[in-house]
Amino acid sequence: MFAAENGLKGDPRLQAISRAIRVVPDFPKPGIMFQDITTLLLDHKAFKDTVDIFVDRYRDMDISVVAGVEARGFMFGPAIALAIGAKFVPLRKPRKLPGEVISESYVLEYGTDCLEMHVGAVEPGERVIVIDDLVATGGTLSAAIKLLERVGAEVVECACVIGLPEVKDCCRIKGRPLYILVEPRLSDECC
Amino acid sequence: MSADKDEDPRMNGIKSKIRVVPDFPKPGIEARGFIFGPPIALAIGAKFVPLRKPGKLPGEIISEDYVLEYGKDCLQMHIGAVQPEERALVVDDLIATGGTLCAAMNLLERVGAEVVECACVIELPDLKGRERLKGKPLYVLVESH
Repeated sequence: MFAAENGLKGDPRLQAISRAIRVVPDFPKPGIMFQDITTLLLDHKAFKDTVDIFVDRYRDMDISVVAGVEARGFMFGPAIALAIGAKFVPLRKPRKLPGEVISESYVLEYGTDCLEMHVGAVEPGERVIVIDDLVATGGTLSAAIKLLERVGAEVVECACVIGLPEVKDCCRIKGRPLYILVEPRLSDECC
Repeated sequence: MSADKDEDPRMNGIKSKIRVVPDFPKPGIEARGFIFGPPIALAIGAKFVPLRKPGKLPGEIISEDYVLEYGKDCLQMHIGAVQPEERALVVDDLIATGGTLCAAMNLLERVGAEVVECACVIELPDLKGRERLKGKPLYVLVESH
């Protein structure tokens, strides 16, 4: 669900967050309007508001784990975890985590990729939110949910700053709710 | 300087939570610096600027090559992210040889920023990375030998 339709309608913070995100055409390949959150990180107020909106939502939901998807999920996840008193667990590309891991493969447009998590980082029964900067097809978030459910955790919700239109009508990933702050802008010239 | 380990009771808690995994390679500032940097930036009212491996940043970038034990690597920063004379702190989880931090400092100084200090959770002092920081101070929480 989009934040604006779920209690934050007209919240001026959402507009400022949306405007702080830069659109870079044709990256990483022609035809893609890349939603660049690095400009959001340069705007202290908008960045803080982004984190605060997630913190306000999750602080009373008894969440003990924030799982962040490499690498842009790392830019938001730890701050949320710290504020709500939860652990931060990085979900990483292969061979980055040094200890014993479990792996989950997932399908890309061309080929496959893989997400890993340390064994023992998350205990059975823990309530988890998964955070990433953007959700498009939901493939990465699906892999993240599978990793967490394989160790017996409960994925309460997936949270992303940006949600592509594909997910607007289908606001669940593998049956788990999805919470999104803003839609992508088409270019830097509008609004 | 190191944080005063004998007096700050938080140090033992931090040190006891760091696991040592033998014989595992360590990538650079990306991405573990992203875990500590943003909360610090948010708390002190600063911008957060990710320094990334090639091909990750979508806009116009500057690059700094640096030497590894075998071969080279490269760190990149968005042009315009940092303005001349801004005071910058470089954060990473760990300093070993100092090569990555040195590349990070070079990137920042090339755009006219002032690197005030480098800050890492962990230092491997036997690798003498502290000496590669061009005289800039290094603040670490724990040492690992």
